[in-house]
Amino acid sequence: MSLSTESGYPSLADRLTPVEAGAYVVAASFLGNAAVFALGDGAVLFLDEGGELRVPAHEGAVMSAVCDGRTLVTGGDDGKVLLFAAGDTPEPVGDAPGWIDAVALGPDGAVAWSAGKRVFARDGKGDLRSFEAPSSVRGLAFAPKGYQLAVARYGGVSLWFPRVAGPAKELAWKGSHLDVTFAPDGRFVVTTMQENALHGWRVADGAHMRMSGYPGKVRSMDWTSDGKWLATAGADAAILWPFQAKDGPMGKAPKELGIRPAKVSRVASHPRAGVVALAYEDGCILIVRISDGAEILARKPGPGGAVTALGWDRTGARLAFGTEDGAAGTIALPDE
Amino acid sequence: MSLSEALSDKTPVTVLTGYLGAGKTTLLNRILSEQHGKKYAVIVNEFGEIGIDNDLVVGADEEVFEMNNGCVCCTVRGDLIRILEGLMRRKGKFDAIIVETTGLADPAPVAQTFFIDEEVGRKARLDAVVTVADAKWLTERLKDAPEAKSQIAFADVILLNKTDLVSGEELEEVEARIRGLNPYARIIRTEKCAVPLDAVLDKGAFDLDRILALEPAFLEADDHHHHDHDHGHGHHHHGHGHDHHDDHEHGPDCGCGHDHAHEDHGHAHHDHGHGEHSHGGLKHYHDEHMKSVALEIPGDVDPHKFMPWVNDLAQTEGQNFLRWKGILAFKDEPRRFVLQGVHMILDGDLQREWKAEEKRRSKLVFIGKDLDEAKLRQGFEACAA
Repeated sequence: MSLSTESGYPSLADRLTPVEAGAYVVAASFLGNAAVFALGDGAVLFLDEGGELRVPAHEGAVMSAVCDGRTLVTGGDDGKVLLFAAGDTPEPVGDAPGWIDAVALGPDGAVAWSAGKRVFARDGKGDLRSFEAPSSVRGLAFAPKGYQLAVARYGGVSLWFPRVAGPAKELAWKGSHLDVTFAPDGRFVVTTMQENALHGWRVADGAHMRMSGYPGKVRSMDWTSDGKWLATAGADAAILWPFQAKDGPMGKAPKELGIRPAKVSRVASHPRAGVVALAYEDGCILIVRISDGAEILARKPGPGGAVTALGWDRTGARLAFGTEDGAAGTIALPDE
Repeated sequence: MSLSEALSDKTPVTVLTGYLGAGKTTLLNRILSEQHGKKYAVIVNEFGEIGIDNDLVVGADEEVFEMNNGCVCCTVRGDLIRILEGLMRRKGKFDAIIVETTGLADPAPVAQTFFIDEEVGRKARLDAVVTVADAKWLTERLKDAPEAKSQIAFADVILLNKTDLVSGEELEEVEARIRGLNPYARIIRTEKCAVPLDAVLDKGAFDLDRILALEPAFLEADDHHHHDHDHGHGHHHHGHGHDHHDDHEHGPDCGCGHDHAHEDHGHAHHDHGHGEHSHGGLKHYHDEHMKSVALEIPGDVDPHKFMPWVNDLAQTEGQNFLRWKGILAFKDEPRRFVLQGVHMILDGDLQREWKAEEKRRSKLVFIGKDLDEAKLRQGFEACAA
């Protein structure tokens, strides 16, 4: 492919379509052909060839949102959980008293959400179960297989099987756990923490993995499409932890990609190729190849503040982003 | 961006404390109902008895979290971090934030949240800890409720409320007790929390110039004369290690190491009777456990001596310090070094330049329990340039 260059980087900056989101961007992704942005003013913004459409979704702010390319789920500070599937009309899937602090999408149309200590899981058939966590819940993630939900909170992670009566399985580790993710093969659970660190458990035996040394809170992590690496934000480069081995990253050095004089705020792994998109607190976005660290500039550092949302479409042809001050847009990769 | 622009961009947060029944709710409702053209986001505790009429009220559950660094003092309010993170998505919808705490709450975790959490510190600044105290009952509460004592010791501003219910003599008495614990707070006498709101809100009271304004003699007989302050704030530029190659532990943001066996930093639970004496007709009480110490060097300190000393102090003595503050003249440095601490958590920053008419001097004050004044003084004086 031939690309223009900018500040020494091959650049995609001329392939960026900006959009004025006008509020804090909580999530940026794609639903079918349209780019979608869930916003701090409660709206969900759709963008396609036909133009922009702003759907007033929540009363106050979108507090949490998750999108897998087919479904977008948003949780608001109005206590409502909305699901956008086909088109731009949301379906209410649940509610809870208070803010919806976290949402998750699972296999077979399952959705989970939490408000304070209460966690709710609704399977694809609409069967709703709930569970009270030992302290306020910060992050939720479904296991890739089976109907199992990881619940991150103070003191560790609860692994809850909504269809099974009886207590959740506890993965304990002192401290406050924020975001949580399951490895694509289900072998590991990893959290970001209040401390500048990640914590991981091998699900089979509960073995601990401590991944620390970050200069800032991590707050964004994503598995590469082959499941071999966990890409993370929180440093002046993306830190990729190797998870190929049986015991995960223990005793192995992580890979650093996209070293710049600004902290990485979001990471998003390409859905097919060995490439990660990295967004920084100064607004810059790079696309970096994992094998050799080759970098392409996707957005120059600029106005709008830190990038707070980043997501690929299902084929990895386009990238959507949004910032804390409401700048947003899409970047199209060249066809090869 | 200049420092002042960076500061003005941060949302001011007022923390409202006070023992049960002192009048916090009255104050809160006054703040919200008065015509001041400002919009507040209010974070209330879920056990509050309150009906509050405000657009943006968030219930908090006062979850106090220990940091995973082996230090029991390094506590934060986990729910507050979560709520502030959420509120920042609605930036522009409110001008300031008020955090109400329960009457039984220790103010330290709330204040520490603003020092320890990087994101919170970047978006919000602690404007002041305002404690509402009941003029009639405070003296009793100071005897039987360690939380009440700690709320007084922690305050930047104290509203001495319900003054209509006590005699002039009783009022003098309770003020003397307050000053015995915390000579640095502004004390405002009120009835039904009727106080001009600009005396309470957006004061920058967490800034430290008041400690310079208080001379040692002034501490002996506070004449209620309040100086105007300028509004420089201590903010949070922690140094971080940037080494992320292996899984070694990265140092916490507090001055403490990992392996201390700290006992719980509980407050003085016993009341052994207080020393009482008079200075020029004003009564003074000295609480046996909780007191304040003010140290001054009439000139510069050597940062190469001061910084190691103060960091070591945070580690070894920080548990006993509720609040500590300092303004220091560093040798060959035109700017003032401003220091704030809550227990073991210490935050220092070079701020504005010393003005031509200001005398360069270095001052450090502590409010805490079981303070060894002679040792602190000796340590500080050894740092003189």
